[in-house]
Amino acid sequence: MSQALIESTGASRGTLKSYLTGFVLSLILTAIPFALVMSGAWSASAAIAGILSAGILQILVHLYYFLHLDTSSAARWNMLAMIFTVLIMVLFVGGTIWIMYNLYHRMM
Amino acid sequence: MMTTDASTIGIAHIEEAAHPDTVAMQTFGFWLYLMSDLILFATLFATYAVLGHNYAGGPTGKELFDLPYVLGETLLLLFSSVTCGLVMLAVHNETQKRVLIGLVVTFLLGLGFVSMEILEFRSLIAQGYGPDRSAFLSSYFTLVGTHGAHVTFGLIWMAVMIGQVAVKGLTYPVQSRLMRLSMFWHFLDIVWIGIFSVVYLMGVM
Repeated sequence: MSQALIESTGASRGTLKSYLTGFVLSLILTAIPFALVMSGAWSASAAIAGILSAGILQILVHLYYFLHLDTSSAARWNMLAMIFTVLIMVLFVGGTIWIMYNLYHRMM
Repeated sequence: MMTTDASTIGIAHIEEAAHPDTVAMQTFGFWLYLMSDLILFATLFATYAVLGHNYAGGPTGKELFDLPYVLGETLLLLFSSVTCGLVMLAVHNETQKRVLIGLVVTFLLGLGFVSMEILEFRSLIAQGYGPDRSAFLSSYFTLVGTHGAHVTFGLIWMAVMIGQVAVKGLTYPVQSRLMRLSMFWHFLDIVWIGIFSVVYLMGVM
């Protein structure tokens, strides 16, 4: 019975291997941006690009290995809801930054 | 007519409780809540992006943030996310003792994170750099504090679940609650990735 419970949700199909893989990848993707900033080896814009890409990669690692979000049919509605949310977030954050920076430069 | 309605509702209620997809629907409903919470955090990130450089003559992130300390917080939360995943494996195997140990370890790691954050906030406020000092600090405290409040409520939820697993055992409803708690916990770790990248790492540069 509990087998069926777990299987039916699409939210908890992890294995020890998937959690450990996610853990190691997350450690690496945490170490890289911290090392970049602490060592100051890269120029500011390169470091920002590095931080953002490591961050986005780590979010994807968490979604896949910890929340088990993939393109399977069990997770399809979760995936669709998230894609819609990301769209809204991009509109919110991107739109706000766009408008406010424009305003800032016009008022200078 | 009224009696018909009432009896229909009664039957519907019984059928809902026995519906084979109940847990799946609850999980999806909770996922939708998490997505709406994500939009809340998106607005706070947008606010921080706009106000984050308005120091009003006060200190900048470079002067205030201590990266090794933030790395410690990050690792605590990451470890707790992994132990939370191991709890779900133990739930899957129905080993109650491991579930309890895993939940307690996850709880302590989460408590460590919240304690570090409270100490950080306290030291900032003690130096006179509270949320009233500048727009940068207002948006910083709001964004990071909202995340900390979420983790705190997650801890309360986890304490309740430790009690439920101990008293009720791994019953159907307890398992389904644990599943939603683990989703909430992983979600908070994902939000933290955004915070340490955008607020702390970029703030120090």
